[in-house]
Amino acid sequence: MTAELVRGQNHPLPQSRLEIRVTSERPVIAGATLNDQDGRMREEGWIAHPAQPQLPGLEVSRQAAAEHRLAVDLDALPESVHCVNVLLALPAGAGGPVRFGELAPPFVTVTGLDGAGVANCTLTGLDAESAVLALELYRRQGGWKVRAVGQGYAGGLSAMLADQGLGRAQELAATINEAVAAGRDRSVAPPPPRTDGERSREAAVGAAGSVAASAPDSGAGVAGAGDAPISYRHPGRATTPPSGPPPSVPSSPGTSAAPGRTPAAASATPGSPGSPGSPEPGPHVPVAGDANGWSMDERLYNQIWDMFEDLARTVAAYRSAVDFAESRMEQELDKVLSDPRTRVGPAADAARGEARTKQARLVEQAREVLDRDLGQLSAEAEVVEPALPPAYARWDNPVWHGYRPPLETPMAMRLGDLALPESAGLRIPMLVRLPLERGLWIDSGRSGTSGSSSPGPAAASVVSSDELRRLAAETATAVAARLAAVHPAGDFTLHVIDPAGSASAALAPLVESGVLPEPPAAGAAGVSTVLEQLTRRVDLVQMAVRSRATDALPADLDTAEQLLVVHDFPHGFDDRAVTQLRYLADEGPSVGVHLMMVADLEDARAYGPVLSPLWRALLRITPVPDDHLADPWVGHHWTYEPPLVPPGSQVLTQVLGQVASERARRTHEAEG
Amino acid sequence: MSVNLSKGQAISLQKDDGGNLSAVRMGLGWKSAPRRGLFGKRSKEIDLDASAVLFAGTEPKDVVFFRHLVSDDGSVRHTGDNLVGGAGQGGDDEAIMVDLQRVPVHIDQIVFTVNSFTGQTFEEVENAFCRLVDETNGQELARYTLTGGGQYTAQIMAKVHRQGGGWQMTAVGAPANGRTFQDLMPALVPHL
Repeated sequence: MTAELVRGQNHPLPQSRLEIRVTSERPVIAGATLNDQDGRMREEGWIAHPAQPQLPGLEVSRQAAAEHRLAVDLDALPESVHCVNVLLALPAGAGGPVRFGELAPPFVTVTGLDGAGVANCTLTGLDAESAVLALELYRRQGGWKVRAVGQGYAGGLSAMLADQGLGRAQELAATINEAVAAGRDRSVAPPPPRTDGERSREAAVGAAGSVAASAPDSGAGVAGAGDAPISYRHPGRATTPPSGPPPSVPSSPGTSAAPGRTPAAASATPGSPGSPGSPEPGPHVPVAGDANGWSMDERLYNQIWDMFEDLARTVAAYRSAVDFAESRMEQELDKVLSDPRTRVGPAADAARGEARTKQARLVEQAREVLDRDLGQLSAEAEVVEPALPPAYARWDNPVWHGYRPPLETPMAMRLGDLALPESAGLRIPMLVRLPLERGLWIDSGRSGTSGSSSPGPAAASVVSSDELRRLAAETATAVAARLAAVHPAGDFTLHVIDPAGSASAALAPLVESGVLPEPPAAGAAGVSTVLEQLTRRVDLVQMAVRSRATDALPADLDTAEQLLVVHDFPHGFDDRAVTQLRYLADEGPSVGVHLMMVADLEDARAYGPVLSPLWRALLRITPVPDDHLADPWVGHHWTYEPPLVPPGSQVLTQVLGQVASERARRTHEAEG
Repeated sequence: MSVNLSKGQAISLQKDDGGNLSAVRMGLGWKSAPRRGLFGKRSKEIDLDASAVLFAGTEPKDVVFFRHLVSDDGSVRHTGDNLVGGAGQGGDDEAIMVDLQRVPVHIDQIVFTVNSFTGQTFEEVENAFCRLVDETNGQELARYTLTGGGQYTAQIMAKVHRQGGGWQMTAVGAPANGRTFQDLMPALVPHL
């Protein structure tokens, strides 16, 4: 039951993690100040405002908005803080209202993290004021309480800040208004809210733009990003390849593309028919790296996602045309049948024939368009594949023969191939961003996900279950080896749990090369040791990030990205170990601990629904081709193919050997 | 040499040299609400929305509007919602790109509509226009002016439809009422 507070009234706060929601008719600025037990602002930094939105335990919005959600964690506030004042002000110079009297009274609610209301108040009776101290949270006998204040300031933000005991209130007010003006364009319009595409597009641009800053985000903001399907759509691609020649025909590949990997791209366009100055609208000649980006890797990454989207859409066009042709034919045939005069006789035959011809013609046209687009995309794939760097390339790509351990982690890594039934030989590299945003689950079962309507992998039905398990273990090794190879030496540490030793054959390349520093953990004792160690690491790093004391971490802490590969689950696991595993899956990715499960749902059935969140948190891939992955645009079911090493190839051994010797060299240097 | 279209007028989307257009843009522009007198800050913003409905025969198959910016097949793209309008001096405030070559073969007409999301009638909107531009060279092919409109909140602007092997554009210019394209669906049918 939410308590309705009037001015001066107070209410106990049952929990320490709260959200303060502000709703106003027009955008307002929200801020907060901290006071000690004497009601003084002890330190200059005890204020959160749009230009400096974060304090330990408190965060406010960077911009003026009609709706605010202030996150508060009372336990995280410094001991000496006895009072938190929540402030609202109208942005100056925005051409908006200059006094609260012009607006409907702002409404403030204190809620738990689940949104359940604790207390609320309506800030009535404001007139000429343009700033208001809305409410205060204060310590009382070991707990916290909230009091509705509603103290308005006709002198505005600077008067309110001065009253809070700030020396340079005027200056600070100016800084705040400036910060708000900078963020104004993005401010959320008052209700009715429109979740239009513009904002989601901005988010997508933001995501793509943050590529350069690949440093792991410091915990707090990461959770939200995982909720929605990430839009990888490239915002800058104006037109699709088949629509005539774009302005940058490869007239001079040397100048337009980055020097790095162009030789492959250039040599792949023999004779370059589009010689300079000829605007011949002939067939578009694809070039590797023909997309926006700051580096060749990024351009190839964006190009591959563009190809992925184009294939998804062109197949969508084909499928919808075929569906339409079918349904129209059925309607026409029904019409013929339902009319007794036309049901039999030559007229009926003619009508049926015509309906079928129409259907066939439309399907044929659709197929022509599809073939045209597939031809275009295949030609693009033919120049893109050879130009890919190791992280994006298939194991059979010659680039792996010239492999050298990299100096930087790439932005993404190939996790396999994606194809549609209509796309024949065309396979799109499935690239995932690094560091991995979610763990992986390599499904060694033959049933597919429980409840999935798709009739399981076609190939799985002809592969024995032992063979599936072997392939799953090999897939795990191929992925782990690739991760080890694309990270700089020393930036990636591998852990393997193999309680019953059933994956030892598949693990051999990792063990023999020394890329796996310790033998796979065996038995229940091995399981708990490894889990204990990684859980502790997650705890430590999280704690350090939260309290901003990353320099206080123990010196022996391995700062590399950690990957834990779990074979034979749940063999050797007890309830505690399962809980730790779930913890790692949820909390690990944001602090550089990643999980790869090689498991069959059937084996873990004894745990029942307890484990469903674990499976859902992981990206499921399969050791045999299976159509279970959906694209983010149309939602086709794509057939996933695992990144297996070609039979008989030595590439894995060679690459792992290089990784191991580079590590040894670095260790040697560090010691010498 | 753009054509100022009048109601019902049709133009063929063939290039002067006989080739077919490959990509066109339907642009929509309007003047943002003027600030009036003492209560200037109370003037309401004008939010017009452009939408495109893709039809196969008389069946609506897909629609591109501010909540669905790209048709599933990728041939029609909305550049994004504009909530307030611009200077009303020629620049497009909202635009819908149509890649005519990639429109699925069963789609034979695309109808463009404009709605006033904020509810002003076209009497109150100034300098509103819609125009068709050849995306490959930026040339304006046709322009249709919305102002002088009456007491209605939506307009069915124009349609492009297949004609022989190419496409043709017809100015419709029929008034209607509605907040989003959904409200217009019944009004669209007579124009197909």
